[in-house]
Amino acid sequence: MPSIVSFGRYLPAAVLRNDELAARLQVDAAWISGVSGIEERRIALPGETVADMAFEAGRDCLSRACLSHTSAKPGLILVASGSSERRFPGPAAEVAHRLGFAGTPAIDLALASAGSLFGIVLGAQLAPQYGPVLLIASEKMSAPAVTEPLDKNIAILFGDGAGACLIQPGGPGLEIADSVLHSDGAWANDLQLGLTGPIHMNGPTVIMQAARKIPAAISELLKRNAVAPDAIAQFVMHQANQNLIDRVARALQVPAARFYSNIQKYGNTSSASLLIAASEWHEQPALKAGDRICLAAFGAGFHWGAALLTAAF
Amino acid sequence: MSRQEKIIEIVKRVSKSDVAPDPEESLFDSGYLDSFALTDMVGELEREFDIAIPDSDLTPRRFDSLERIESYVARLCDQPA
Repeated sequence: MPSIVSFGRYLPAAVLRNDELAARLQVDAAWISGVSGIEERRIALPGETVADMAFEAGRDCLSRACLSHTSAKPGLILVASGSSERRFPGPAAEVAHRLGFAGTPAIDLALASAGSLFGIVLGAQLAPQYGPVLLIASEKMSAPAVTEPLDKNIAILFGDGAGACLIQPGGPGLEIADSVLHSDGAWANDLQLGLTGPIHMNGPTVIMQAARKIPAAISELLKRNAVAPDAIAQFVMHQANQNLIDRVARALQVPAARFYSNIQKYGNTSSASLLIAASEWHEQPALKAGDRICLAAFGAGFHWGAALLTAAF
Repeated sequence: MSRQEKIIEIVKRVSKSDVAPDPEESLFDSGYLDSFALTDMVGELEREFDIAIPDSDLTPRRFDSLERIESYVARLCDQPA
């Protein structure tokens, strides 16, 4: 069964705290943390690109997997991003080249928030055919989030960063046991980024839909695997908003502490957030063989879903 | 308690307000509801009136005033099973 053998991440060094952002937006810093759970976010340098951050996360992931760029090359590279600078080409081929894998097929996934989840599911399907799949999600959402006309409800949310994971066709790791994916383009205009920004988000609609669809997808997945929500050792969700994460936990009747959260440090890094969170969570020593982990995401499209992983050592 | 009174109680509860809004008053513009309170309200409406609100109906406009909520809930409650 395909399994995730390592994670990686990259966060820019520059930190933008709520008090700095609040002054610019003329809002209260406490309001920002209250409506989002975010305390600070990382901001890429002006010239730093989605590909730059993807490269760093990919290199970190491969390093953690104890792979060298030449001795164990991925058979396929997937790069998810909803904020790449160019209409074409996307960052995938450039990232593959910079990692030393020129000639290896590299595919762009033009998916924002749910990009990591969709990439994991695709990677699990493709790894048996192509060999190890390096999945990277990289986002530079902070710039379009503060493009005029400024919307304070959007400007407070987004940060920059990249996450990655390596999916092997088999062997020990986090086995990708099952997944559910859904898309519904009826909501395409409710969360979108045009060619020049700003990000447009119909917040109430997005929250209402996410608060329903995420628990429903998780329930659909767990029910068909005869797994109770309480039997999941760890949930790792797209880090969109702490209040949303808490509501998903409540809907599943699972303690909120069972949902890994790092949104207070990084804000919403769109598609990168799930892999950044998983990367941090995976460093914790608490994981035991047989533990079940549930990943979930929701985002622009709308695209949403969940994946069930099992720790196998 | 009438349907209207039950809806008012739900709105007051999720908005943590002691004062009932006017029937036509925008619950968003007046600050009664934000995105998350709206989500909570929808769940409470489903439980209170034993209705299932489809995802396709989950738009803020449909729940933006007491009048709109009552009209929508009435349509779901009164439609033939």
